[in-house]
Amino acid sequence: MSSAAFILIAILTLAAALAAATLQNLMHATLSFAAAIVGVAALFFLLGAEFVGLVLIFVYIGAVAVLIVFTILLTRRDVGKDRGVNWGGAVLAVAVFGGLSWAVLKTQSVAIIGPHIRALTVKRIGELLMTSYVWPLQCVGLLLTAALIGALVLVMEEKR
Amino acid sequence: MTPTLQIFLIVSTALFSVGLLAVLSRRHAIFILIGIEIMLAAANLNFIAFWRFSPPSQPPTGVMIAIFSIAIAAAEAAVGLALVITVYRHYRTTNVDHLDQLKG
Repeated sequence: MSSAAFILIAILTLAAALAAATLQNLMHATLSFAAAIVGVAALFFLLGAEFVGLVLIFVYIGAVAVLIVFTILLTRRDVGKDRGVNWGGAVLAVAVFGGLSWAVLKTQSVAIIGPHIRALTVKRIGELLMTSYVWPLQCVGLLLTAALIGALVLVMEEKR
Repeated sequence: MTPTLQIFLIVSTALFSVGLLAVLSRRHAIFILIGIEIMLAAANLNFIAFWRFSPPSQPPTGVMIAIFSIAIAAAEAAVGLALVITVYRHYRTTNVDHLDQLKG
């Protein structure tokens, strides 16, 4: 884990997320959201969780970002300028950041350096998914099926 | 100097606050959803960081929870965007300030 790469990725991720939260043009904000997700995936790579980073890119860039763009296009008439930053929300967000980072900095047990990089192979993840985590896996499959059918039913044209 | 767990937690906190800012200050329903997705990504970053800094003998529980959390976030995004489209069909707007029919 090199320090320079970490600082660069962290700054890029936070800048992209801030752009996604504040940009007035909605298409640009969506693209910044995609960039922020790529940054989080890069942090996952840096932490040695390559599989989760790839899953994050596939799911968010491949599915969620495209879905958001399609929804923007379908609700095009309303897509104009968003109102500027709500200062009450900004103050609350800064207060939450201050409180949480104060708590993190006060906690001595998290000021540690990680052990040597460990190999977490996809084979091991697959074995765990098929043994210890087989019931959660089935539940997530059921949840995804139900959610996608529910989404289809919601957007189906009503018959008159 | 290599990054400590603390630095990762601070980055994740900042990402969470940016998502909270998006949820609280945006008026467009799709972008409130984007803020929620950013907050979920920050939570996943925490799970992965805690896994990376735990003793090597532990099973990779953090990674597993992150994978399930990503799947659930995808389901949530699909249902949320379907709701946005349905709301747009009924009210011809996606501005959450104008959805005040239930207001007393």
